[in-house]
Amino acid sequence: MMDKRIGTVLLIAFLLLSLLPIYWMVNMSFKTNEEITGTLSLWPQQLTFANYRTIFTDPSWYSGYLNSMLYVAMNMVFSVAVALPAAYAFSRYNFLGDKHLFFWLLTNRMTPPAVFLLPFFQLYSTVGLMDTHLAVALAHMVFNVPLAVWILEGFMSGIPREIDETAYIDGYGFPRFFVKIFLPMIKSGIGVTAFFCFMFSWVELLLARTLTSVNAKPIAATMTRTVSAAGMDWGVLAAAGVLTIVPGALVIWFVRHYIAKGFAMGRV
Amino acid sequence: MARIDLIDLGHAYRPHPAAPGDYALKPMTKTWDDGGAYALLGPSGCGKTTLLNIISGLVKPSHGRVLFDGQDVTQLPTESRNIAQVFQFPVIYDTMTVYDNLAFPLRNRGWKERETRVRVQQVAAMLELSGDLKHRASGLSVDAKQKISLGRGLVRPSVAAVLFDEPLTVIDPHLKWLLRRKLKEIHHELKLTLIYVTHDQVEALTFADQVVVMTEGEVVQTGSAQALFEAPAHTFVGYFIGNPGMNLLPCTVRDGAAWVGGHALALSGAAQAALDHARGTITLGVRPEFVECVPSPGAAGDTVPATVLSVRNMGTHLLAEFRLGDQRVAAKLRAMAAGAGSTVHLRFPQQRTLYYINDQRVA
Amino acid sequence: MKTDNNRAWFLILPVLLCVAFSAILPLMTVVNYSVQDILSPTQSVFVGTEWFKTVLRDADLHGALARQLVFSLAVLVVQIPLGILIALCMPAAGWRASLALVLIALPLLIPWNVVGTIWQIFGRGDIGLMGYGLNALGMQYNYNGNAMDAWMTVLVMDIWHWTPLVALLCYAGLRAIPDAYYQAARIDGASRFAVFRFIELPKMRNVLMIAVLLRFMDSFMIYTEPFVLTGGGPGNATTFLSQYLTQKAVGQFDLGPASAFSLIYFLIILLFCFVLYTWMQRVGTGDAT
Repeated sequence: MMDKRIGTVLLIAFLLLSLLPIYWMVNMSFKTNEEITGTLSLWPQQLTFANYRTIFTDPSWYSGYLNSMLYVAMNMVFSVAVALPAAYAFSRYNFLGDKHLFFWLLTNRMTPPAVFLLPFFQLYSTVGLMDTHLAVALAHMVFNVPLAVWILEGFMSGIPREIDETAYIDGYGFPRFFVKIFLPMIKSGIGVTAFFCFMFSWVELLLARTLTSVNAKPIAATMTRTVSAAGMDWGVLAAAGVLTIVPGALVIWFVRHYIAKGFAMGRV
Repeated sequence: MARIDLIDLGHAYRPHPAAPGDYALKPMTKTWDDGGAYALLGPSGCGKTTLLNIISGLVKPSHGRVLFDGQDVTQLPTESRNIAQVFQFPVIYDTMTVYDNLAFPLRNRGWKERETRVRVQQVAAMLELSGDLKHRASGLSVDAKQKISLGRGLVRPSVAAVLFDEPLTVIDPHLKWLLRRKLKEIHHELKLTLIYVTHDQVEALTFADQVVVMTEGEVVQTGSAQALFEAPAHTFVGYFIGNPGMNLLPCTVRDGAAWVGGHALALSGAAQAALDHARGTITLGVRPEFVECVPSPGAAGDTVPATVLSVRNMGTHLLAEFRLGDQRVAAKLRAMAAGAGSTVHLRFPQQRTLYYINDQRVA
Repeated sequence: MKTDNNRAWFLILPVLLCVAFSAILPLMTVVNYSVQDILSPTQSVFVGTEWFKTVLRDADLHGALARQLVFSLAVLVVQIPLGILIALCMPAAGWRASLALVLIALPLLIPWNVVGTIWQIFGRGDIGLMGYGLNALGMQYNYNGNAMDAWMTVLVMDIWHWTPLVALLCYAGLRAIPDAYYQAARIDGASRFAVFRFIELPKMRNVLMIAVLLRFMDSFMIYTEPFVLTGGGPGNATTFLSQYLTQKAVGQFDLGPASAFSLIYFLIILLFCFVLYTWMQRVGTGDAT
């Protein structure tokens, strides 16, 4: 189909443009700071692994990675788990204050996280959760849960109510219906929600840095230490950027079948 | 109105099917008569939707040809085939009114507004949607939406066949009946070829003149409801049709009699001839409706002894379950004296007892 | 059609606990500070709406607000259609789909300060691919000196960074459309554009709503990327509202005016989002489901 070919050409063109800065970042990560700030070179003239070595050998970098992955994973699971029933309620039921509540949820995303800084600091200090992964995972729920509820509600509303009712007639109990019939129908919604929860939590700097000090310090915070006495450590920053992409790429790889259709095997 | 012929039609999803199991649809040759109302009946996964989609052109068969009125349409795309398809759930254009929904297929084919209006109003009247023409389609009830889906199919005068893929799945039970009746009316009036896919035997048997029973990718029998009931050609048909289905008892043939559950049953001459030198698994089939229960044993080979397992009152009849040797037999009886645990004698009337070799009927 | 059921509140409860609780506290704190003049940690005077008036009269604020509005508008106008287009072009299944998903998502995964940093180098005429390339094409490109260049660079950077979000949302929305709709459209003889207009676009309403609101909010609050890239310059050409607030809070104001500003900031976003939300609900369908 003519149409498919144009589409592919457009997509490839966009991807090529989109990958240019990424390529540039990878390029930078293998260069020395002198080369980065000195010359324009399409590939490293003096290939160096020093930037990566800095990251891999420095224990705080390494643990920062693990810390980030831990609290982000926790946040993903909590956010989606909590959002699913709420989204179902908003999608299927009318109840007192539902429309206002739905919109109000999103308002939590309408302030810069900086506003939550001080109160969260005080709150988590009080309950003794400072410098824990749990604290960051919970704190990030403030902006991830509304997003998750909104996205999931949107997908759930796309499923006609008649499907629910038909399942009841066929004798399905609610839990079985929800897990075996309903959730698979909103697969793409769940996949994309999980990925966005991951993404927004992964790149969030301020709260993660403020609520942690040593034990749960995330990767993003350690990266801001790349301004050394000699000036900006461009190479290391670029290498850290490259390394931060990897887990995200893995996450989207894992949820790819949720977001996209699998092979179209055809039903009978 | 069209006659649809399927010539050696098969479909496999893998490029080089080797074993029968690779085929979603095993090669078959079949004719669907012009103006007939057919039901395509079978359990989930048997290939009926695949067959439907091949006829409508949404799936290209890997094997064989499809002919409409003698013309080979196998390579023709759906839009050129003059068929209409109604899906499991209503497929309507949410943003359009009912009128625009019905007019859509005509406008796409370049029809003038005046002729479109006439035709749309005709179809809307037939489907009792005239009052809703100005309303947004998305605001209507589910059954109305299904009618709109159907209407979009009927609105083209050149439509030859209407294909239904379990269209009443999401309809309320009490409305199903109304829609089914409407479909029969339309069939009567427009004399279209209708092919109706379902897994519900009641739906199939009440809707269609001819029922095509499928299992595991092949058509096992085509016939009227009565034929399927009284003379199932395949054990699957016996089992699937009827509630409960046919009793299927493995048996062996020895000394001119059929041995079931350790007891002998006399064979009619025809059955004996058919089962002579039989190779393969022999199954005896008898419908619960025809099993008789007698208190005392008859002549040798006439009855078999069995133990009563349970008797349930179903309102219009009694459903009794018996143990015959190591087999279970169900029977629908008018009255039953014996209670659970007692020994009774079952008679299988010879003209109602069918024999199958490797699931195919032989006698 | 939704059913009335007040017990649905139990399903909402976990969400409420997580979010409401943690949101009300800061709000109360901010409101509290915004109406006080905090002279010292222990001394404060109630000043009522004075800070609000001061903030609203600030001419520099008006400038930052205007720039912000233009920026967010440009973001929406470009990113939403572009995102939809990309989603339409992405393959629906197979390894190609997986590859496309991963590649599309990459810009989203880079921490925002690194994004700014990369583009800093990328846009330089002497050491960056884009800067060098643009200059080689004959344009006098300098994002540090030229205000228009700075604007375009920040805009292109944002488009590069965030269009994938729109694309992914739209892609997921498209995948949720059952095959039967496309099949019915084929039977009805619909053109490709008709399929887009009557099936795909209406069915993407929900995801588009989220995409529009998200992009508006996030672009209106944007801070790190333009700050790292241009520092708000040249001059204050790319100083948007968030940066202005930070400058004031850190530099000149104390907690009172800063809190008032935060509240106003929040209310502006709230107002726009509410308008967008209500408008998008009405557009397309008028049914009462």
